[in-house]
Amino acid sequence: MPSTKTELIKKLEKKANQMRVEIIKMIYKAQSGHPGGALSATDIVTALYFHLMNVDTANPTYQDRDRFILSKGHACPVIYAALALKGFYPLAVLDTLRALDSKLQGHPDMNKLPGLDSTSGSLGQGLSVGVGMALVGKMEQKDYHIYVMIGDGESQEGQIWEAAMAANKYKLDNIIAFTDFNRLQVDGFVDEVMPIAPYKEKWESFNWHTQEINGHNLTEIINAVELAREVKDKPHMIIAHTVKGKGVSFMENMAVWHGRAPNAQEYELALQELGGN
Amino acid sequence: MRQEMTTREAYGQALLELGRINENFVVLEADIAKSTRTELFAKEFPERFFQMGIAEQNEFGVAAGMAMSGKIPFISTYAVFASMRALEQIRTFMAYPNLNVKIAVSHGGLTPGNDGPTHQAIEDMAIMRSIPNMTVVMPSDGIMTKKAVAAALEYNGPVYLRFTRDEIPIIYDNNLEFKLGRAFLHMEGNDVTLITIGDMLSHTLHAARILVEEGISVRVLDMPTLKPLDQEAVLLAAQETGAIVTVEDHTILGGLGSAVAETLVENMPIPLKRVGIKDTFAESGPYHQLLKKYGLSSSHIQAAARQVISMK
Repeated sequence: MPSTKTELIKKLEKKANQMRVEIIKMIYKAQSGHPGGALSATDIVTALYFHLMNVDTANPTYQDRDRFILSKGHACPVIYAALALKGFYPLAVLDTLRALDSKLQGHPDMNKLPGLDSTSGSLGQGLSVGVGMALVGKMEQKDYHIYVMIGDGESQEGQIWEAAMAANKYKLDNIIAFTDFNRLQVDGFVDEVMPIAPYKEKWESFNWHTQEINGHNLTEIINAVELAREVKDKPHMIIAHTVKGKGVSFMENMAVWHGRAPNAQEYELALQELGGN
Repeated sequence: MRQEMTTREAYGQALLELGRINENFVVLEADIAKSTRTELFAKEFPERFFQMGIAEQNEFGVAAGMAMSGKIPFISTYAVFASMRALEQIRTFMAYPNLNVKIAVSHGGLTPGNDGPTHQAIEDMAIMRSIPNMTVVMPSDGIMTKKAVAAALEYNGPVYLRFTRDEIPIIYDNNLEFKLGRAFLHMEGNDVTLITIGDMLSHTLHAARILVEEGISVRVLDMPTLKPLDQEAVLLAAQETGAIVTVEDHTILGGLGSAVAETLVENMPIPLKRVGIKDTFAESGPYHQLLKKYGLSSSHIQAAARQVISMK
């Protein structure tokens, strides 16, 4: 462990950059995948796997571990990179994204990949899965946490709000959910496709303990989770304002990079920006 | 007088009895515990009962999360809502990861008669049968229901269990040795085989007795497991009787009739007639009157048998 918080943040920022490089590399090699939403979620997933979560690479399914559900499953390159860099499997596995016989399916398959806590990909469903896991944690009086990441566009799914009701009913303070609020979805801006505002008020009215942060600031991410762990009897929503495509200038805030792979030239440019050559 | 009971009641009793010996399963409900009979379990095991309200999609997602954490969930609602409202939750978050979940639903087929078509699940078995990893079962009476629920709990994987709202006759006795994927022989014969599932067993047996009185030699197979189908029993019946009638409280598209037809056509084509709902919605009305109006009564089964024999 780094001796000071500054050192920790520096270490995590370096790791997040490494994650972004791996994300770009695997999507380029596959010539398929979703870079935009993976890059917007990178800093949060980095903070989770390299500081906040208790997981064991030698025993990926041990009962007392923390769990993470990437409900916006199309962003899976971010979790694939995190699990590889954490040591659940060799980095070389990342070269097989979306290929035949790969552990890295187009959307996450929990039975194929060690370290993955839930299958996902069809939007709107991961928060319910998190509620189920959190209920078992409460039944068995375990102190692990369930981390869930949903998208802002994904919040248009009705099932998100069914899950929000259920988490409140059972006072599931062991759920810490993030909204990767990058403002974009496939067809354009969330505000135009189907507005979800007022967003924070929605979660508060469902009786969730709700915070708003900059989702690219590792200090804010860590502080928000630490605060969430202290607040009891309410489920936690951390609305993380992010930039879709964060870290690669020409991908930032462009809906077109939701589900497009870079060509050779764009790939070189992206790696140059990330210093990953 | 014959003894009758709804198979949803038998399900409720089974949960209660099994709950006392197996601590690892939980029950989820969507505001119809009185009707699905999960309230019996809820009263004795409140800490293992989860009332999820009128929100079936979340109910199934939560159950998936519980299964991922090592619990065995029984998820209850009506068949229409499970198989259609929560279909994608079942398909992508339960069947795809092959979770150990038991989808246990009431109001199968025309049994919720006077509730009308909104509550009559006539497509659910076809939908469930098309999903990889899924086992699909409709027990034929209260006794078989209890054994089927126990067998589903024993089995590791997703199972769809379909029950009746209305009372149906008790046909089996406690010596029944229920096995998933196995047909049960009721009458031995060699002119025609009647293959039936769920609540149609008593009507099929009634039809068979009348056919026997006419001098026809009838075999009756009860096929409570739609998937995996007992193909061996189907092909033996095809070989030894040369004509088959399927009988199901379900649309004739995609259910038992289709499963038997697929098996026959690929292995041993013989004449087949399907008794079931003929690609139409039904209506409100008493269950037994609906069976008559929509072609599922004993006389429809008899007519199909006579016709299929003439095609040999």
